[in-house]
Amino acid sequence: MSAPPLDQPAVDETALQAYFDATIAAEHRIEPRDWMPEGYRRTLIRQIAQHAHSEIIGMQPEGDWLLAAPSLRRKAILLAKVQDEAGHGLYLYSAAETLGADRADLTDKLIEGKQKYSSIFNYPTPNYADVGVIGWLVDGAAICNQVPLCRSSYGPYARAMIRVCKEESFHQRQGYELLMTMMRGTDEQRAMVQDAVDRWWWPSLMMFGPPDDDSPNSAQSMAWGIKRHSNDELRQRYVDMSVPQAEVLGVTLPDPELTLDPETGKHRFGAIDWDEFKRVISGDGPANAERIARRRAARDDNAWVIEAATAYAEKHAGVAA
Amino acid sequence: MSELTSEGGHGAVPTGPEVPVEAKPALSRRDWPLYEVFVRGKRGLNHVHVGSLHAPDDEMAVHAARDLYTRRNEGVSIWVVRAADITASSPDEKDPMFAPSGDKVYRHPTFYEIPENVPHM
Repeated sequence: MSAPPLDQPAVDETALQAYFDATIAAEHRIEPRDWMPEGYRRTLIRQIAQHAHSEIIGMQPEGDWLLAAPSLRRKAILLAKVQDEAGHGLYLYSAAETLGADRADLTDKLIEGKQKYSSIFNYPTPNYADVGVIGWLVDGAAICNQVPLCRSSYGPYARAMIRVCKEESFHQRQGYELLMTMMRGTDEQRAMVQDAVDRWWWPSLMMFGPPDDDSPNSAQSMAWGIKRHSNDELRQRYVDMSVPQAEVLGVTLPDPELTLDPETGKHRFGAIDWDEFKRVISGDGPANAERIARRRAARDDNAWVIEAATAYAEKHAGVAA
Repeated sequence: MSELTSEGGHGAVPTGPEVPVEAKPALSRRDWPLYEVFVRGKRGLNHVHVGSLHAPDDEMAVHAARDLYTRRNEGVSIWVVRAADITASSPDEKDPMFAPSGDKVYRHPTFYEIPENVPHM
Protein backbone atom coordinates (compact mmCIF):
# COMPACT_ATOMS: atom_id res chain seq x y z
CA MET A 1 0.00 0.00 0.00
CA SER A 2 1.85 3.07 -1.14
CA ALA A 3 0.82 6.38 -2.57
CA PRO A 4 1.77 7.21 -6.15
CA PRO A 5 5.09 9.00 -6.50
CA LEU A 6 4.75 12.75 -6.67
CA ASP A 7 7.25 15.46 -7.40
CA GLN A 8 7.71 16.92 -3.96
CA PRO A 9 10.04 19.59 -2.70
CA ALA A 10 12.43 18.45 0.02
CA VAL A 11 10.69 18.05 3.37
CA ASP A 12 11.20 20.91 5.77
CA GLU A 13 11.34 19.23 9.17
CA THR A 14 11.42 22.52 11.02
CA ALA A 15 8.12 23.57 9.50
CA LEU A 16 6.60 20.14 10.22
CA GLN A 17 7.79 20.30 13.82
CA ALA A 18 6.35 23.81 14.19
CA TYR A 19 3.01 22.68 12.80
CA PHE A 20 3.00 19.68 15.15
CA ASP A 21 3.84 21.88 18.14
CA ALA A 22 1.09 24.34 17.22
CA THR A 23 -1.44 21.51 16.94
CA ILE A 24 -0.52 20.25 20.41
CA ALA A 25 -0.56 23.77 21.86
CA ALA A 26 -4.03 24.41 20.44
CA GLU A 27 -5.24 21.16 22.07
CA HIS A 28 -6.08 19.76 18.66
CA ARG A 29 -5.60 16.06 18.07
CA ILE A 30 -2.76 14.46 16.18
CA GLU A 31 -4.11 11.96 13.63
CA PRO A 32 -2.41 8.91 12.12
CA ARG A 33 -0.98 10.42 8.95
CA ASP A 34 0.17 13.69 10.48
CA TRP A 35 3.87 14.22 10.76
CA MET A 36 5.04 13.59 14.31
CA PRO A 37 8.42 13.53 16.03
CA GLU A 38 9.92 10.05 16.23
CA GLY A 39 10.01 10.26 20.02
CA TYR A 40 6.27 10.98 20.14
CA ARG A 41 5.57 7.97 17.93
CA ARG A 42 7.88 5.68 19.91
CA THR A 43 6.50 6.82 23.26
CA LEU A 44 2.93 6.27 22.11
CA ILE A 45 3.62 2.83 20.68
CA ARG A 46 5.34 1.83 23.92
CA GLN A 47 2.56 3.17 26.12
CA ILE A 48 -0.35 1.89 24.03
CA ALA A 49 1.25 -1.54 23.58
CA GLN A 50 1.93 -1.81 27.30
CA HIS A 51 -1.66 -0.82 27.94
CA ALA A 52 -2.99 -3.36 25.40
CA HIS A 53 -0.81 -6.12 26.85
CA SER A 54 -2.16 -5.30 30.32
CA GLU A 55 -5.72 -5.76 29.14
CA ILE A 56 -4.93 -9.10 27.49
CA ILE A 57 -2.87 -10.47 30.39
CA GLY A 58 -5.49 -9.00 32.72
CA MET A 59 -7.98 -11.58 31.46
CA GLN A 60 -6.06 -14.32 33.25
CA PRO A 61 -6.30 -13.61 36.99
CA GLU A 62 -10.09 -13.34 36.87
CA GLY A 63 -10.49 -15.87 34.10
CA ASP A 64 -9.28 -18.44 36.58
CA TRP A 65 -12.62 -18.04 38.38
CA LEU A 66 -14.88 -18.48 35.36
CA LEU A 67 -15.44 -22.17 35.97
CA ALA A 68 -15.74 -21.71 39.72
CA ALA A 69 -18.12 -18.76 39.88
CA PRO A 70 -20.68 -19.39 42.64
CA SER A 71 -23.80 -18.76 40.52
CA LEU A 72 -24.90 -18.48 36.92
CA ARG A 73 -25.45 -14.74 37.44
CA ARG A 74 -21.89 -14.21 38.67
CA LYS A 75 -20.54 -16.39 35.90
CA ALA A 76 -22.36 -14.45 33.18
CA ILE A 77 -21.12 -11.15 34.64
CA LEU A 78 -17.55 -12.40 34.88
CA LEU A 79 -17.64 -13.75 31.32
CA ALA A 80 -18.86 -10.37 30.06
CA LYS A 81 -16.12 -8.63 31.98
CA VAL A 82 -13.32 -10.87 30.74
CA GLN A 83 -14.65 -10.50 27.20
CA ASP A 84 -14.51 -6.73 27.66
CA GLU A 85 -10.85 -6.96 28.64
CA ALA A 86 -10.16 -8.78 25.38
CA GLY A 87 -12.05 -6.04 23.56
CA HIS A 88 -10.05 -3.32 25.31
CA GLY A 89 -6.83 -5.01 24.29
CA LEU A 90 -8.00 -5.10 20.68
CA TYR A 91 -9.11 -1.43 20.62
CA LEU A 92 -5.66 -0.53 21.89
CA TYR A 93 -3.68 -2.76 19.51
CA SER A 94 -5.74 -1.19 16.76
CA ALA A 95 -4.70 2.28 17.96
CA ALA A 96 -1.04 1.17 18.09
CA GLU A 97 -1.29 -0.08 14.53
CA THR A 98 -2.24 3.40 13.33
CA LEU A 99 1.29 4.37 14.35
CA GLY A 100 2.87 1.72 12.16
CA ALA A 101 3.18 -1.02 14.78
CA ASP A 102 2.09 -4.55 13.94
CA ARG A 103 -0.18 -6.44 16.32
CA ALA A 104 1.43 -9.85 15.92
CA ASP A 105 4.82 -8.26 16.37
CA LEU A 106 3.71 -6.56 19.58
CA THR A 107 2.39 -9.89 20.89
CA ASP A 108 5.74 -11.50 20.13
CA LYS A 109 7.52 -8.74 22.02
CA LEU A 110 5.24 -9.29 25.02
CA ILE A 111 5.92 -13.02 25.03
CA GLU A 112 9.65 -12.49 24.62
CA GLY A 113 9.68 -10.07 27.55
CA LYS A 114 10.69 -7.09 25.40
CA GLN A 115 7.56 -5.16 26.32
CA LYS A 116 5.89 -4.92 29.69
CA TYR A 117 2.39 -5.01 31.11
CA SER A 118 0.98 -3.70 34.35
CA SER A 119 2.67 -5.33 37.33
CA ILE A 120 -0.70 -5.77 39.04
CA PHE A 121 -1.58 -8.80 36.94
CA ASN A 122 1.35 -10.75 38.31
CA TYR A 123 -0.46 -11.29 41.59
CA PRO A 124 -2.51 -14.47 42.07
CA THR A 125 -6.26 -14.77 42.76
CA PRO A 126 -6.51 -17.53 45.38
CA ASN A 127 -9.80 -16.33 46.88
CA TYR A 128 -13.10 -15.64 45.12
CA ALA A 129 -13.32 -12.19 46.75
CA ASP A 130 -10.28 -11.33 44.59
CA VAL A 131 -12.70 -11.06 41.66
CA GLY A 132 -14.63 -8.36 43.50
CA VAL A 133 -11.54 -6.55 44.74
CA ILE A 134 -10.01 -6.52 41.26
CA GLY A 135 -13.18 -4.88 39.98
CA TRP A 136 -13.32 -2.35 42.80
CA LEU A 137 -9.65 -1.48 43.39
CA VAL A 138 -7.77 -2.52 40.27
CA ASP A 139 -10.37 -1.36 37.77
CA GLY A 140 -10.95 1.68 39.98
CA ALA A 141 -7.27 2.57 39.68
CA ALA A 142 -7.44 1.90 35.95
CA ILE A 143 -10.37 4.32 35.62
CA CYS A 144 -8.43 6.99 37.52
CA ASN A 145 -5.52 6.51 35.14
CA GLN A 146 -7.60 6.22 32.01
CA VAL A 147 -10.23 8.94 32.22
CA PRO A 148 -7.62 11.68 31.55
CA LEU A 149 -6.33 9.63 28.61
CA CYS A 150 -9.65 10.23 26.85
CA ARG A 151 -8.13 13.69 26.21
CA SER A 152 -4.79 12.33 25.02
CA SER A 153 -3.32 14.33 22.16
CA TYR A 154 -3.25 11.29 19.87
CA GLY A 155 -6.71 10.89 18.32
CA PRO A 156 -6.96 7.10 17.92
CA TYR A 157 -5.70 6.53 21.48
CA ALA A 158 -8.14 9.05 22.96
CA ARG A 159 -11.04 7.52 21.03
CA ALA A 160 -10.12 4.00 22.15
CA MET A 161 -9.94 5.21 25.74
CA ILE A 162 -13.44 6.67 25.58
CA ARG A 163 -14.82 3.23 24.73
CA VAL A 164 -12.68 1.58 27.38
CA CYS A 165 -13.75 3.98 30.12
CA LYS A 166 -17.44 3.49 29.42
CA GLU A 167 -16.99 -0.22 29.97
CA GLU A 168 -14.68 0.04 32.98
CA SER A 169 -17.47 1.62 34.94
CA PHE A 170 -19.43 -1.64 34.69
CA HIS A 171 -16.31 -3.51 35.82
CA GLN A 172 -15.88 -1.44 38.92
CA ARG A 173 -19.53 -1.50 39.93
CA GLN A 174 -19.95 -5.26 39.48
CA GLY A 175 -16.89 -5.77 41.69
CA TYR A 176 -18.13 -3.48 44.41
CA GLU A 177 -21.57 -5.07 44.33
CA LEU A 178 -20.01 -8.53 44.60
CA LEU A 179 -18.09 -7.40 47.69
CA MET A 180 -21.16 -5.81 49.26
CA THR A 181 -22.96 -9.12 48.82
CA MET A 182 -20.13 -11.02 50.51
CA MET A 183 -20.00 -8.48 53.35
CA ARG A 184 -23.65 -9.19 54.06
CA GLY A 185 -22.81 -12.91 54.28
CA THR A 186 -20.98 -14.97 56.89
CA ASP A 187 -17.96 -14.03 59.01
CA GLU A 188 -15.92 -16.29 56.81
CA GLN A 189 -17.01 -14.41 53.69
CA ARG A 190 -16.21 -11.07 55.31
CA ALA A 191 -12.78 -12.42 56.20
CA MET A 192 -12.26 -13.40 52.56
CA VAL A 193 -13.03 -9.85 51.45
CA GLN A 194 -10.65 -8.35 54.01
CA ASP A 195 -7.94 -10.83 52.99
CA ALA A 196 -8.32 -9.82 49.35
CA VAL A 197 -8.25 -6.09 50.22
CA ASP A 198 -5.08 -6.65 52.28
CA ARG A 199 -3.34 -8.24 49.32
CA TRP A 200 -4.50 -5.86 46.57
CA TRP A 201 -4.38 -2.41 48.17
CA TRP A 202 -0.65 -1.76 47.89
CA PRO A 203 -0.22 -3.25 44.40
CA SER A 204 -3.16 -1.03 43.33
CA LEU A 205 -1.29 2.07 44.50
CA MET A 206 1.71 0.90 42.46
CA MET A 207 -0.43 0.88 39.31
CA PHE A 208 0.09 4.63 38.99
CA GLY A 209 3.77 4.06 38.37
CA PRO A 210 6.89 5.31 40.14
CA PRO A 211 6.83 8.55 42.16
CA ASP A 212 7.16 11.74 40.14
CA ASP A 213 10.78 12.32 41.08
CA ASP A 214 11.63 8.87 39.73
CA SER A 215 9.60 8.96 36.52
CA PRO A 216 12.01 10.11 33.83
CA ASN A 217 9.61 10.07 30.86
CA SER A 218 6.73 11.85 32.52
CA ALA A 219 7.68 15.46 31.77
CA GLN A 220 8.02 14.86 28.04
CA SER A 221 4.76 12.88 27.92
CA MET A 222 2.96 15.72 29.70
CA ALA A 223 4.41 18.26 27.27
CA TRP A 224 3.19 16.15 24.37
CA GLY A 225 -0.28 15.85 25.87
CA ILE A 226 0.04 12.05 25.98
CA LYS A 227 -0.20 12.17 29.74
CA ARG A 228 -2.41 14.67 31.54
CA HIS A 229 -1.60 14.28 35.24
CA SER A 230 1.47 13.12 37.14
CA ASN A 231 1.66 9.66 38.72
CA ASP A 232 1.53 11.06 42.25
CA GLU A 233 -1.41 13.33 41.48
CA LEU A 234 -3.47 10.42 40.19
CA ARG A 235 -2.41 8.19 43.07
CA GLN A 236 -3.55 10.83 45.56
CA ARG A 237 -6.87 11.19 43.78
CA TYR A 238 -7.34 7.42 43.89
CA VAL A 239 -6.62 7.17 47.62
CA ASP A 240 -9.07 9.99 48.33
CA MET A 241 -11.75 8.25 46.29
CA SER A 242 -11.16 4.79 47.76
CA VAL A 243 -11.18 5.61 51.47
CA PRO A 244 -14.90 6.46 51.71
CA GLN A 245 -15.73 3.46 49.48
CA ALA A 246 -13.86 1.19 51.91
CA GLU A 247 -15.79 2.69 54.81
CA VAL A 248 -19.16 1.99 53.22
CA LEU A 249 -18.05 -1.54 52.43
CA GLY A 250 -16.85 -2.06 55.99
CA VAL A 251 -13.28 -3.12 55.25
CA THR A 252 -9.99 -1.77 56.59
CA LEU A 253 -7.36 -0.57 54.15
CA PRO A 254 -4.05 -2.12 55.28
CA ASP A 255 -2.18 1.09 56.02
CA PRO A 256 -1.85 2.28 59.64
CA GLU A 257 -0.58 5.66 58.45
CA LEU A 258 -3.66 6.39 56.36
CA THR A 259 -5.18 9.58 57.79
CA LEU A 260 -7.17 12.51 56.54
CA ASP A 261 -5.23 15.77 56.54
CA PRO A 262 -7.83 18.26 57.74
CA GLU A 263 -6.02 21.20 56.15
CA THR A 264 -5.82 19.87 52.61
CA GLY A 265 -8.80 17.53 52.78
CA LYS A 266 -6.50 14.87 51.30
CA HIS A 267 -5.33 11.58 52.78
CA ARG A 268 -1.79 10.97 53.91
CA PHE A 269 -0.66 7.41 53.34
CA GLY A 270 2.31 5.20 54.18
CA ALA A 271 5.41 4.54 52.09
CA ILE A 272 5.01 2.30 49.07
CA ASP A 273 7.42 -0.61 48.73
CA TRP A 274 9.03 0.39 45.44
CA ASP A 275 11.51 -2.46 45.68
CA GLU A 276 8.60 -4.86 45.38
CA PHE A 277 7.27 -2.88 42.40
CA LYS A 278 10.61 -3.08 40.61
CA ARG A 279 10.96 -6.76 41.41
CA VAL A 280 7.52 -7.63 40.07
CA ILE A 281 7.75 -5.49 36.96
CA SER A 282 11.12 -6.93 36.05
CA GLY A 283 9.72 -10.46 36.08
CA ASP A 284 10.01 -11.69 39.65
CA GLY A 285 6.37 -11.47 40.78
CA PRO A 286 4.30 -14.39 42.03
CA ALA A 287 2.73 -15.16 38.65
CA ASN A 288 4.88 -13.57 35.89
CA ALA A 289 6.07 -16.85 34.40
CA GLU A 290 2.60 -18.39 34.48
CA ARG A 291 0.99 -15.37 32.77
CA ILE A 292 3.49 -15.32 29.92
CA ALA A 293 3.45 -19.09 29.52
CA ARG A 294 -0.30 -19.02 29.08
CA ARG A 295 -0.13 -16.18 26.56
CA ARG A 296 2.53 -18.08 24.64
CA ALA A 297 0.39 -21.22 24.62
CA ALA A 298 -2.60 -19.23 23.37
CA ARG A 299 -0.53 -17.89 20.47
CA ASP A 300 1.16 -21.17 19.55
CA ASP A 301 -1.67 -23.63 20.19
CA ASN A 302 -4.14 -21.52 18.20
CA ALA A 303 -1.88 -20.71 15.28
CA TRP A 304 -3.59 -23.43 13.24
CA VAL A 305 -6.90 -21.54 13.48
CA ILE A 306 -5.35 -18.46 11.91
CA GLU A 307 -3.75 -20.57 9.20
CA ALA A 308 -6.93 -22.54 8.49
CA ALA A 309 -9.08 -19.42 8.23
CA THR A 310 -6.52 -17.80 5.94
CA ALA A 311 -6.44 -20.89 3.72
CA TYR A 312 -10.25 -20.94 3.59
CA ALA A 313 -10.41 -17.25 2.71
CA GLU A 314 -7.82 -17.65 -0.03
CA LYS A 315 -9.61 -20.65 -1.52
CA HIS A 316 -12.96 -18.85 -1.62
CA ALA A 317 -11.46 -15.62 -2.93
CA GLY A 318 -10.14 -17.72 -5.83
CA VAL A 319 -13.60 -19.17 -6.51
CA ALA A 320 -15.24 -15.74 -6.48
CA ALA A 321 -12.69 -14.37 -8.97
CA MET B 1 1.99 -9.45 1.35
CA SER B 2 1.56 -5.78 0.72
CA GLU B 3 -2.19 -6.03 1.24
CA LEU B 4 -1.51 -7.19 4.79
CA THR B 5 0.00 -3.93 5.85
CA SER B 6 -1.04 -2.87 9.29
CA GLU B 7 -0.53 0.76 8.59
CA GLY B 8 -3.59 2.82 9.30
CA GLY B 9 -6.46 1.66 11.43
CA HIS B 10 -8.91 4.21 12.76
CA GLY B 11 -9.06 5.83 9.34
CA ALA B 12 -6.32 3.82 7.77
CA VAL B 13 -5.01 5.24 4.57
CA PRO B 14 -1.73 5.17 2.71
CA THR B 15 0.92 7.54 3.92
CA GLY B 16 1.88 10.09 1.35
CA PRO B 17 5.49 10.64 0.36
CA GLU B 18 5.36 14.14 1.80
CA VAL B 19 5.03 12.82 5.31
CA PRO B 20 8.12 11.04 6.65
CA VAL B 21 7.24 8.14 8.93
CA GLU B 22 9.08 5.35 10.64
CA ALA B 23 10.08 2.44 8.44
CA LYS B 24 7.38 -0.21 8.45
CA PRO B 25 8.05 -3.15 10.77
CA ALA B 26 8.43 -6.60 9.28
CA LEU B 27 4.94 -7.84 8.57
CA SER B 28 3.95 -10.98 10.31
CA ARG B 29 2.69 -13.78 8.12
CA ARG B 30 0.53 -14.94 10.98
CA ASP B 31 -1.93 -12.09 11.05
CA TRP B 32 -5.00 -11.44 8.95
CA PRO B 33 -5.71 -8.35 6.82
CA LEU B 34 -6.80 -5.15 8.52
CA TYR B 35 -10.43 -4.04 8.19
CA GLU B 36 -11.94 -0.70 9.10
CA VAL B 37 -15.30 -0.89 10.86
CA PHE B 38 -18.26 1.50 10.51
CA VAL B 39 -21.36 1.25 12.70
CA ARG B 40 -24.81 2.79 12.32
CA GLY B 41 -25.79 3.60 15.89
CA LYS B 42 -29.50 3.63 15.21
CA ARG B 43 -31.94 4.17 12.37
CA GLY B 44 -31.68 7.67 10.99
CA LEU B 45 -27.93 8.04 11.61
CA ASN B 46 -24.99 7.59 9.28
CA HIS B 47 -22.51 4.77 9.66
CA VAL B 48 -19.57 6.13 11.65
CA HIS B 49 -16.03 4.83 11.77
CA VAL B 50 -15.41 3.11 15.11
CA GLY B 51 -12.08 1.33 14.75
CA SER B 52 -10.39 -1.54 13.03
CA LEU B 53 -9.75 -5.25 13.39
CA HIS B 54 -8.01 -8.16 11.68
CA ALA B 55 -10.06 -10.85 9.96
CA PRO B 56 -9.41 -13.52 7.32
CA ASP B 57 -12.31 -12.47 5.09
CA ASP B 58 -15.26 -10.09 4.80
CA GLU B 59 -17.77 -12.34 6.50
CA MET B 60 -15.56 -13.05 9.48
CA ALA B 61 -14.80 -9.34 9.71
CA VAL B 62 -18.51 -8.59 10.17
CA HIS B 63 -18.81 -11.24 12.90
CA ALA B 64 -15.71 -10.00 14.68
CA ALA B 65 -16.94 -6.41 14.39
CA ARG B 66 -20.19 -7.38 16.05
CA ASP B 67 -18.34 -8.96 18.99
CA LEU B 68 -15.79 -6.19 19.28
CA TYR B 69 -17.77 -3.00 18.66
CA THR B 70 -21.41 -3.75 19.49
CA ARG B 71 -21.43 -5.65 22.77
CA ARG B 72 -23.85 -3.12 24.29
CA ASN B 73 -26.38 -2.24 21.61
CA GLU B 74 -24.07 0.31 20.00
CA GLY B 75 -25.39 -0.43 16.53
CA VAL B 76 -28.04 -1.70 14.16
CA SER B 77 -25.82 -2.10 11.11
CA ILE B 78 -22.13 -2.71 10.43
CA TRP B 79 -19.95 -2.01 7.40
CA VAL B 80 -16.46 -3.43 7.10
CA VAL B 81 -13.93 -2.59 4.43
CA ARG B 82 -10.36 -3.72 3.87
CA ALA B 83 -8.10 -0.87 4.99
CA ALA B 84 -6.01 -1.39 1.88
CA ASP B 85 -9.04 -0.58 -0.29
CA ILE B 86 -9.59 2.88 1.15
CA THR B 87 -8.49 5.87 -0.88
CA ALA B 88 -8.18 9.07 1.08
CA SER B 89 -7.16 12.66 0.86
CA SER B 90 -4.38 13.82 3.10
CA PRO B 91 -5.80 14.78 6.48
CA ASP B 92 -3.48 17.74 6.68
CA GLU B 93 -5.59 20.86 7.22
CA LYS B 94 -3.24 22.81 5.02
CA ASP B 95 -3.93 20.47 2.17
CA PRO B 96 -4.51 22.41 -1.05
CA MET B 97 -7.35 19.99 -1.83
CA PHE B 98 -9.55 21.92 0.58
CA ALA B 99 -8.29 25.38 -0.25
CA PRO B 100 -10.75 26.05 -3.11
CA SER B 101 -13.70 25.98 -0.72
CA GLY B 102 -12.10 28.52 1.59
CA ASP B 103 -12.54 31.57 -0.63
CA LYS B 104 -16.12 30.92 -1.78
CA VAL B 105 -17.98 32.71 0.95
CA TYR B 106 -20.93 33.24 -1.40
CA ARG B 107 -21.74 29.55 -0.90
CA HIS B 108 -22.90 30.29 2.63
CA PRO B 109 -26.32 31.79 3.47
CA THR B 110 -24.76 34.40 5.74
CA PHE B 111 -23.10 36.01 2.69
CA TYR B 112 -26.41 37.60 1.70
CA GLU B 113 -27.85 40.58 3.50
CA ILE B 114 -31.61 40.44 3.77
CA PRO B 115 -33.63 43.13 5.60
CA GLU B 116 -34.83 42.04 9.02
CA ASN B 117 -38.47 42.67 8.16
CA VAL B 118 -38.47 39.90 5.56
CA PRO B 119 -40.15 36.95 7.32
CA HIS B 120 -39.30 33.22 7.14
CA MET B 121 -35.83 33.59 5.64
